[in-house]
Amino acid sequence: MKKHLYYLILGTLFGIILLKSEVVSWFRINEMFQFESFHMFGIIGSAVVCLAIAIAMIKKVGAKTVKGKPIKVKAKSGGWKPLIIGGTLFGLGWAITGACPGPMFVLLGKGVYSIGVVILFAMFGTFVFGLLKPHLPK
Amino acid sequence: MNLIFETWPWYVSGPLIAFIAVALLYGGKVFGFSSNFRHMCSALGAGKVSDFFDYNWKENSWNLVFLVGTILGGFIGHYFLGQTDSIPLNPTTADRLVELGIGAYGFVPDSIFGMEALFSVKGFLILAVGGFLVGFGTRYAGGCTSGHAISGLANLQWRSLLAVIGFFIGGLISTHFILPLLF
Repeated sequence: MKKHLYYLILGTLFGIILLKSEVVSWFRINEMFQFESFHMFGIIGSAVVCLAIAIAMIKKVGAKTVKGKPIKVKAKSGGWKPLIIGGTLFGLGWAITGACPGPMFVLLGKGVYSIGVVILFAMFGTFVFGLLKPHLPK
Repeated sequence: MNLIFETWPWYVSGPLIAFIAVALLYGGKVFGFSSNFRHMCSALGAGKVSDFFDYNWKENSWNLVFLVGTILGGFIGHYFLGQTDSIPLNPTTADRLVELGIGAYGFVPDSIFGMEALFSVKGFLILAVGGFLVGFGTRYAGGCTSGHAISGLANLQWRSLLAVIGFFIGGLISTHFILPLLF
C-alpha cells in the first residue's frame, strides 16, 4: 500500500502539472501543430533535456533504485514500420482530440466528461491492435 | 500566489515533468502512460481472446495507480488551484479557429467536447475515431508522448525519434487537412 501511495502522489503531481501548464488543453495542442507558440515545445523540450541530463548522471554514478537495484532505462527493439505507422496514427488522433493518453484522464478529473468517450475508444483501439498485431507490418 | 493560479510557464512545467520521470526511475519504473490502455484491456479479460493481453497486468498496477493520480490531479487543479478557463492563445491561432467554426474560448472547445457535440452523430464520431486512433497508434508505436517523446528521446533512442516524427506527420495532417474538413 505504501508503495502504491508513492505512485498515487506522483500521478497527482503529474496531473496538476499538466493541467496548470495547459498541456491538457485542446487549444495548446492545436497551437503546437500550427507552430504558433513555443509553449508546448518548451515544455517537451525542457523535460527531455532535464531528463537526459538526469539519465546521463544516473548512468555515470550508477545510481540505484529504492530497492538497491541499478536504474535501467531499457530500449525496446524492432523495426521502423510500427514506429512510423503507429506514430502517425497516434498523431492523427492526438491532433483531433487534443489529448494524448495522460491528459485524457486529467481532463476527466477536471470534469470534461465527454473525454470518457475518447478514453473508452482508446481502450477499444488498443484492444483491436492486440487482435490485429500478428497481421501488421513489423 | 498568482504564480500558482496562473498558467505555469514551460520552464517550470518541463523540468517538473522530468522530476516525475526521475522519481519513477527511482522506484524502478519507466515513465510511459499509454501502456495503461493495454493493462486495462488485460484486467477486463482481453487475455482470453488475444495473447497480447495474456500477462499478469497486476505487475503494472503502479501505472494504473499513477493514472488514478492524474484524475485526482485534474480534480485538485481545477477546484483548488485556480480556474484557467481562457487559454492565452496566440491571436493568429485563435482567429483561425473562430473562422473555422471551432471557436477559441474555454479550456477545450465546446464545439468538440460540449454536450451538444457529444450527442450529435458527427461530434460523437470525432471523439470516438480520435480516441481509437490514439489507442491503436500508441500501442502499435509502443509508446506515446511520455514514453517516446520524453523517456525515449532523453535516453537518446533513435527509435523514439522515429516515433516522434510519426506523431508530427499525423498531427500536422489532422491539424492542417482533416480538422478544416470536419468544421
